[in-house]
Amino acid sequence: MPDMSFLQGESLYGGYGGADILQGCSIGVDKGEIAVVVGPNGAGKSTAMKAIFGMLSVREGSVTLNGQDISKLPPQERVALGMGFVPQNGNVFTSMTVKENLEMGAFIRRDDFRSTMEQVFSLFPVLAEKHAQPAGELSGGQRQQVAVGRALMTRPSVLMLDEPTAGVSPIVMDETVDRIIEIAKTGIAILMVEQNARQALEIADRGFVLVQGRNRYTDTGAALLADPEVRRSFLGG
Amino acid sequence: MTDFLNALALLGNFVIVPGLAYGSQLALGALGVTMVYAVLRFSNFAHGETMSFGAMVTILVTWWLQERGVNFGPLPTALLALPIGIAGTVLMCLLSDRFVYRYYRRERAAPVTYLIVSVGILFVLSGLVRFVIGPQDRIFADGERFIMKARAFKQMTGLEQGLAIKTTQGVTVVTAVIVVAVIFWFLNRTRTGKSMRAYSDNEDLALLSGVSPDKVVLVSWAIAGTLATIAGTLYGLDKSFKPFTYFQLLLPIFAAAIVGGIGHPVGAVVGGYVVAFSEVTVTYAYKKFLIYIVPESWEPEGLVQLLSTEYKFAVSFVILVVVLLIRPTGIFKGKVL
Repeated sequence: MPDMSFLQGESLYGGYGGADILQGCSIGVDKGEIAVVVGPNGAGKSTAMKAIFGMLSVREGSVTLNGQDISKLPPQERVALGMGFVPQNGNVFTSMTVKENLEMGAFIRRDDFRSTMEQVFSLFPVLAEKHAQPAGELSGGQRQQVAVGRALMTRPSVLMLDEPTAGVSPIVMDETVDRIIEIAKTGIAILMVEQNARQALEIADRGFVLVQGRNRYTDTGAALLADPEVRRSFLGG
Repeated sequence: MTDFLNALALLGNFVIVPGLAYGSQLALGALGVTMVYAVLRFSNFAHGETMSFGAMVTILVTWWLQERGVNFGPLPTALLALPIGIAGTVLMCLLSDRFVYRYYRRERAAPVTYLIVSVGILFVLSGLVRFVIGPQDRIFADGERFIMKARAFKQMTGLEQGLAIKTTQGVTVVTAVIVVAVIFWFLNRTRTGKSMRAYSDNEDLALLSGVSPDKVVLVSWAIAGTLATIAGTLYGLDKSFKPFTYFQLLLPIFAAAIVGGIGHPVGAVVGGYVVAFSEVTVTYAYKKFLIYIVPESWEPEGLVQLLSTEYKFAVSFVILVVVLLIRPTGIFKGKVL
C-alpha cells in the first residue's frame, strides 16, 4: 500500500519521447506542508514536476489528487481541480500589466475574484504598488512574485513551484522563502524544486533527493540535513 | 498671409486629406495583418486578397440593394451592405482555417510553411474574385459625392485654392477611428480580448491559465476578416474596386505593420499613417505650393516632384528595407520577423 498524500505522484516512469527520464520516482505532499525536490543536475526534478502537472505524459505510474486519479487529465483540467503551477521560465505575461497578469490567473473563475486579488496584494505589497506596470518591466524577484500571485488567483489547494529562487539575489531569495512559508501556513500544499538544496531543505516538511529519476533519499527536511551521507553527496559536506 | 493660406489649402487638398484617407485604409489593413501575426503567428500574405474578397461581397450586396431601390441617403449604399460583406468574409476565413490552416497548426508547422500556405490561399482567392466579379475596374460609390466642394470652399474663404473633401474620404476616416477604438477597447478591456493578448504574449502560460486556443483562433479570424472587409470596402469606395490593386496593397500594408512593430496594434495604426504620408508627400508635385510661399525669383521651373506617382510602391519598399535594416522591431518594439 503506497503512502497516499493529498497530491501523490506514484512510481512515475516517463520522459520526452526518448528514453525514460523518470525511473519510478514517487513524490507526495499534504495540505499545509512544504515538500522539496532536490538532486543533481539532470536528476529529473523539473521533469517530475511536469509529469505531476500533466505537461508530459506518464508512461507508467499514477498521479492522484485527494484520492482521485488525475493521470490522464490535461494541465488545464488539473488547474480547475485546484492545482497551481509556476514554471521556472516564461511564467508571466511580460506585455501585460501586473493586474492583468493576476486577472489571467483567474481566467477560469467566473465568480468575483477581487478579494483573492486583495489577498495576493497583501501577500506581495509591492505588486499592489506596481499593479499598472507591465510585468516585463519588473525586477526578477518582483516577476517571481507576479508569477506566484498569478498561480494563487485560482485559490489552489496545491501550489507547485519550479526553482522559485533561481536567478534572484540572496536577499530576495530569503524573502521569497518567507512568502512560501506564509502561503503554506494558509493550508496550501507546496511542492517545489530547488537548486539551492540546503536552504530549501531547512524549510521542508518533506524532502526528496532524486538521482537519475529515482528516489535516493526521502525523509523530513531536517533529517536529510542531518544525514552525513546526504550532506557529503549532495550538500557539499 | 493669403499666399500662405492658399499654400496650406493646396497642401490640405492634395496631401493631408488624401493622406489621412489612405492612411486609415492602410491602418485597418495593417491592423488585420498584425492581429493574425500576433495570435496565429504567421505573416498572412492572403490579407490583400481577403480585403478584395470582402469588398467583392459588399459590392454584390450593394448592387442587390440598389436594384431594390434601397439607398443610404447622402452616404454610400455600400455601408449598408458592409455587415453582410463582413459575415461572408469571416465565414470564408473560418473555412480556410478549418480546411487549410488548422492542419498546419496541428502539425506545428514552421512560420515559413504557413507563409507559403497563405500564398496558396492568396492565389485561390484572387482567382475566385476574378471569376465571380471579373477583373475590371468598378466604381460603386453612390450618394453625395462631396462633403465639401472645392468651389464652396473658395466662396467660403475667398481663397484662390479650393479644398475638397470627398464623402468617401470622410466616411473612411470616421469609420477607421470608430473601428480602431472598438478594437482597442476589446483588446484592453474585455475578458476575451485580454485572453487573446495573453495567448499572443505567452502561449504556454495562457493554456495553463485555461485559455481555449480554439476560441482565440476563431475570434482572431473573425477580427481579421472584419478588418479586411472594412479596409477593402473603404479603399474601393475611395478609389475604385479593381482586384489587381488589392494584390499591390499588400506591400504598403506589410510595410505599415512592420514600421509600427509587427504584432503591436498601436504600431499598425501609426505605421499605416507613416506609410501613407510618406507615399503622398514623396509623390506630390510641390511646384504650385512653392510658388505661394517663396519669393518670385526663386520660383521653381520643374514640378518639384521627388518621385513620379507610378513609383509610389517604391516608397513602401524603401521604408520596409530601411526599417528591417535599422530597427527590425519597428517603432513600438514589435516582434522581430
